[in-house]
Amino acid sequence: MTATATRRGDKKKQKLEDPRSTEEISAERRKGRMGLYLILPGMIVLALFFAAPVLVLLSMSLNAKPPGGEIGEFVPALEFGNYVTVISAYWDVFLRSFIFALIATVAALVIGFPMAYLVAVRLRGRQLLQGILLVLLIAPFFSSFILRTQAWKQILSDEGPVVTVLRAIAILPADGHLTATAFAVVCGLTYNFLPFMTLPIYANLDRLDTNLLEASGDLYASPLTTFFKVTLPLSAPGIFAGTLLTFIPAAGDYVNAALLGNNRDTAMIGQVIDSRFFKIVDYPGASALSFILMILILALVLIYIKRFGTKELF
Amino acid sequence: MKRVIGRWLIPVAGGLAFVYLLVPIAYIFVFSFNDAGRTNLEWRGFTLNNWQNPCGAPNVCESLVNSLQVGVVATVIATVLGTCIALGLVRYKFKFRNTADLLIILPLATPEVVLGASLLAQFLNLGWELGFTTIVISHVIFCMSFVVVTVRARVSSLDPRLEEAASDLYASPLATFWKVTFPLLLPGVVAAALLSFAMSFDDFIITNFNSGNFSTFPKFIYVSATRGIPAQANVIGSAMFLLALAVVITSQVIAYRRRKVLAAR
Repeated sequence: MTATATRRGDKKKQKLEDPRSTEEISAERRKGRMGLYLILPGMIVLALFFAAPVLVLLSMSLNAKPPGGEIGEFVPALEFGNYVTVISAYWDVFLRSFIFALIATVAALVIGFPMAYLVAVRLRGRQLLQGILLVLLIAPFFSSFILRTQAWKQILSDEGPVVTVLRAIAILPADGHLTATAFAVVCGLTYNFLPFMTLPIYANLDRLDTNLLEASGDLYASPLTTFFKVTLPLSAPGIFAGTLLTFIPAAGDYVNAALLGNNRDTAMIGQVIDSRFFKIVDYPGASALSFILMILILALVLIYIKRFGTKELF
Repeated sequence: MKRVIGRWLIPVAGGLAFVYLLVPIAYIFVFSFNDAGRTNLEWRGFTLNNWQNPCGAPNVCESLVNSLQVGVVATVIATVLGTCIALGLVRYKFKFRNTADLLIILPLATPEVVLGASLLAQFLNLGWELGFTTIVISHVIFCMSFVVVTVRARVSSLDPRLEEAASDLYASPLATFWKVTFPLLLPGVVAAALLSFAMSFDDFIITNFNSGNFSTFPKFIYVSATRGIPAQANVIGSAMFLLALAVVITSQVIAYRRRKVLAAR
């Protein structure tokens, strides 16, 4: 317990019992205040531009349209009906967003784990090669993800190489498409958030003690058993962080759905929020949708942390 | 047979994953040489014109410069604030620590649309004009949380005995910080700053909500996607990718050489 956390009533008692000199205690107390000073500027920024905006969003979601008001005109109210309206209109879009995000997260895990394992464990000790591959994981950010998504759109387009090949070997019917399908949207999500999956797993596997894997092999465990009984449990914190960092942005994304999907049956909730804000200028509806999305994701994350959480994360 | 599979499964799967990651970048690079004209959708022949004149299409370079400015300013602010928070949270115990913890983590658990929409609501409420400042503020918020998480891992892995040793040798707290703590933290801080800049540079959703008429590079591409993205955008995308690669690989090679020299001694 620190001196600052001590209640006032305990002070005298502590003075008698505390073997430390007063100088030490005041140093400790200064230390505590120092921590507060260090975090204060950042906390003020977060309070003003994260916590307060969320509250503003909440109050805006309850605004009402005045009778005879113009487009974009709203008055403060407690219009809980907004929530009922948007939930009944868009519950299926919410569901679809979460399903897409879930599939993309699982796919990113399946693709990202071997990447992370390759760099962190198989190439251990070969620092130059490790470094180059790590850079390749981050460098795509600099080529702009919208440009990359647009590139996928063209690669997967009907005239593109993938569709031509798939049609030739009859995996796709002669009039089959890849773009404007749910498949393309999920592929885009998987692709765009892959580094967010791979990097935390890499950071975790980097500290993996390979002696444990050898020990498992020496005790006649098959490589598969070793993987499931030793490697996977040890890398759980990395997988945990990676899945969260992939799922959360994927569930709210709309760029992939907008560029790679068609609007009718691949729409994601981000698209709806964006168009409610900017095209339809329905601020209360858009705010209500945003708030529901936030609460749903927080709830899912909390359940996930309760079920699989490790203390090591964060 | 089983052994062969066991040995090669990871390298092959991992290698293919890297190829998958790089396919669209290769595509962007190839099509930066396309004699495209207005729309860069199909191959019309090789040209170097786009590379010789990367600012040839309207607004490409302006939006790039905007993005770089936003990225630098937001990264500096987020890195300084985030590093302080990481130090404060790991090294000191004080009231409200758990509240502070929660406030840091929440932006990470909030999807970009919600962050963007809530900030827009706040700016509308305050009556602020959307532009450079509002974009920087919105980027600082999401970058800062990443900086805290990254630097914090580094702070926790520091050996406190090193600092104790410094103060035992009569170094003042300030001297201890700048001569011992900070140099040890630096790799983590640099990594956090790089990540922060990359994410700011590549952000579209939050920017789109809070930028008004101000254009950034991703926003420029998104807006022009409907009419056709000019090949110059591919040039800039490829050049930025190659530049990032070159900078980091050079620093890696230098660090590698230094380690080798040290090891040889």
